[in-house]
Amino acid sequence: MTQPVAQGSIRRRLLILLLVGAAIFSVLLYFIVQSVARQVAQESQDNILAASALSVMDSARSVEGEITVDLPYSALSMLDSVTHERVFYAIWLGQEHLTGYADLPRPQSNDVNKPSFLSDIFLGEEVRIAAVRRPFSTDTGHAFLEVSVAQTLAGQREKLTRISRMSLGIGAGFFVLCAVAALIVARSTIRPLDRLTASVSRRGPKDLRPVAAPVPQEMVPLVASLNRFMLRLQSSLNRSEDFIAEAAHRVRTPLAIVRTKAEIIQRRVEKPENREAIREMIHAIDDSSRTAGQLLDHAMVAFRLDNLAQEKIDLSSFLHETVERLRPISEIKDIDIKVSATDSAVVKGDTILLQSALHNLLDNAIKYSPAGARVEVALRRDDDGLRLSVKDTGPGYPDLENDRLTGRFERGKNADGIVGSGLGLTIAKDVVEAHGGQLELRNNPGGGACASLLFPSS
Amino acid sequence: MRQFALSLVLICLAQMAGAFEVEDRASFGVADAAQPLKILSTADIGFFEPMIRSYIQNNPGAAIDYTVASSTELMKAISQERAPFDLVISSAMDLQTKLANDGFAQVHSSSVTQDIPDWAVWNDMVYSFTQEPAAIVVSNAAFEGLSIPRNRQDLISVLRQNAERFRGKVGTYDIRESGLGYLFATQDSRASETYWRLTEVMGRLDAQLYCCSSDMIDAVESGELAVAYNVLGSYAVNRKNEARFTIVLPSDFTTVMLRNVLIPRNAPAPEGAGQFLDHILDQSFLQDNGFAIGRFLMSGGNEASLNRIRLGPGLLVFLDQLKRRAFLSEWESAILQR
Repeated sequence: MTQPVAQGSIRRRLLILLLVGAAIFSVLLYFIVQSVARQVAQESQDNILAASALSVMDSARSVEGEITVDLPYSALSMLDSVTHERVFYAIWLGQEHLTGYADLPRPQSNDVNKPSFLSDIFLGEEVRIAAVRRPFSTDTGHAFLEVSVAQTLAGQREKLTRISRMSLGIGAGFFVLCAVAALIVARSTIRPLDRLTASVSRRGPKDLRPVAAPVPQEMVPLVASLNRFMLRLQSSLNRSEDFIAEAAHRVRTPLAIVRTKAEIIQRRVEKPENREAIREMIHAIDDSSRTAGQLLDHAMVAFRLDNLAQEKIDLSSFLHETVERLRPISEIKDIDIKVSATDSAVVKGDTILLQSALHNLLDNAIKYSPAGARVEVALRRDDDGLRLSVKDTGPGYPDLENDRLTGRFERGKNADGIVGSGLGLTIAKDVVEAHGGQLELRNNPGGGACASLLFPSS
Repeated sequence: MRQFALSLVLICLAQMAGAFEVEDRASFGVADAAQPLKILSTADIGFFEPMIRSYIQNNPGAAIDYTVASSTELMKAISQERAPFDLVISSAMDLQTKLANDGFAQVHSSSVTQDIPDWAVWNDMVYSFTQEPAAIVVSNAAFEGLSIPRNRQDLISVLRQNAERFRGKVGTYDIRESGLGYLFATQDSRASETYWRLTEVMGRLDAQLYCCSSDMIDAVESGELAVAYNVLGSYAVNRKNEARFTIVLPSDFTTVMLRNVLIPRNAPAPEGAGQFLDHILDQSFLQDNGFAIGRFLMSGGNEASLNRIRLGPGLLVFLDQLKRRAFLSEWESAILQR
């Protein structure tokens, strides 16, 4: 049988797709969590800065037309409460610098009612600046008082490092979870396929029943065509078996008539050369009729194998019975069949089939043994199970190396001149294998063949 | 002698160039060293000399050039003139913090700096190595027959009840002149309203104003003053005539100044500076000897009443010119009774 060409694997492809998807989502998650957290961290810093600036603004008073600002201690100390930060501030009235760091950059704002923010470099370090504004009336008219407060980003940076680590952890955790889920998904997706494969390959060689177990929707077409295919195969097989049986049956009856007529003619014919010709004709007719009989046997075997009976068979008495049936034939050739059945042994199976198998082996033994020889039939129990062997003193099997002998219509090279169809060993092999055993063919050391039916000890 | 003359000339030249004003100067260790460690400090040579000696003992071959200046001159030297010093030591916590905040200090961290408490360090730049309480020094003679006040309330009532006895004999810092006096006053005002009442009372008693702690202690010793308020406790201990006065750490709250050291950004020898800084911290926090950090808190100093001035940007608030102007005017109206 040719091995199917494997290209890719559904499981692997599914797994890779799921893992790639999970990786992409993990990376996305990492960036999303980080950016959201960054924003939140930035907002919380901005809030603190704005609160600080507002507390300064709240301390501003207009006294006799002059603005005084009483910088609250907490306005600056609160910015240093969690992490050490460098802190800067500036207070402007319009374009007039009142106090603080005059160089501190001033965030621009369109909406004077809202704090405005700016990230910049001041005195060599990154700072975040918040500014609030409020209109004041002074001697010279209206002006905006602007309070800017700035702090360095040590705490912010610390927070961001923590956030970075956290989002990395979340991304990695998500990926691991997804990977586990992907493995499970891939396996469970493939499982129905595996089950179908297992159920099909578990079947016996002759089992062509349709697959009845439920399968997923996607596999229904596949299983349906498989079933249709097997149905076609089954009916085609049946047809050919029927045909052969029918043909054999139809041939046998006319052959019998021909043989009878030929025998009658033989008695009347006087010339020795004509007698000889008729004798050869009868031999050929025997051969054909035997073949037809075995073909029928084979068809019967094939039919019964499909519906194997499970009777309890006592091999010992079965053996004696079968041998007794063949005694008339063996006695014609003056062959003594010796039976040695040690123990009583019981197997489960089809009596008729097993009889047919043993019958064929014994028939072979009688056919190939010279007149007056002895055939030994033995039933023994050994390590491997039950062994039912038929030993003769004939020429033995010419070529044991290959399975050719058990093929249909195959005969040994030394079988010329002996009536036979080449189906006997085929039938024996099919039957014993259907019972879970095997056929063993050997040559005896002292000459002759030994055919054994092996039944495993159940 | 020639060196002395030379340095005198140099000082004069520096003065003429409008440079910061040097009060004192001394060299320790190996003479003629190629690059001595240059320390600029507000502490008297005598106050800091033991620390330098112990450093040189551990590091033979070290040379140290020690310059003394007032805290405002020190600020000017570092922030305006960018004078090349390796270490700056000051009791003006606010100015030191401002130097660090404004980017004039550099970060220093080492195995030693890991082990010191959080309150003694800011931003890995400013390190505290002493705790010096603001004390009330009272003359024992002047308080004869009166109980020694233990807190500000006591002091207020004893001054009120004996106004005539104490008139003109109460002294405190002139906070317009002294940075440390200003620091103490502002921190007192943050801690309690009592400060303003006390200032009012002292003002009514015609308070004498001084530039420095040592002058006030001298005045108490000589009997010129009966009470000196907000005197550096560290200057009052170990005096010759210690029996003549009593040092009181007020039990309501005692403001504690932390003397600080930092390494300027433009230090010529930052490695040596770091080594010396580690030595100072090691001596103050990790060794149990004459430099221990708690040495000026005196026995019986109640930890709960200690009000350590916290390093940090809050100290910048009272350096704000508007804030300072407002605070000084309030103080003047209280102490000068104008």
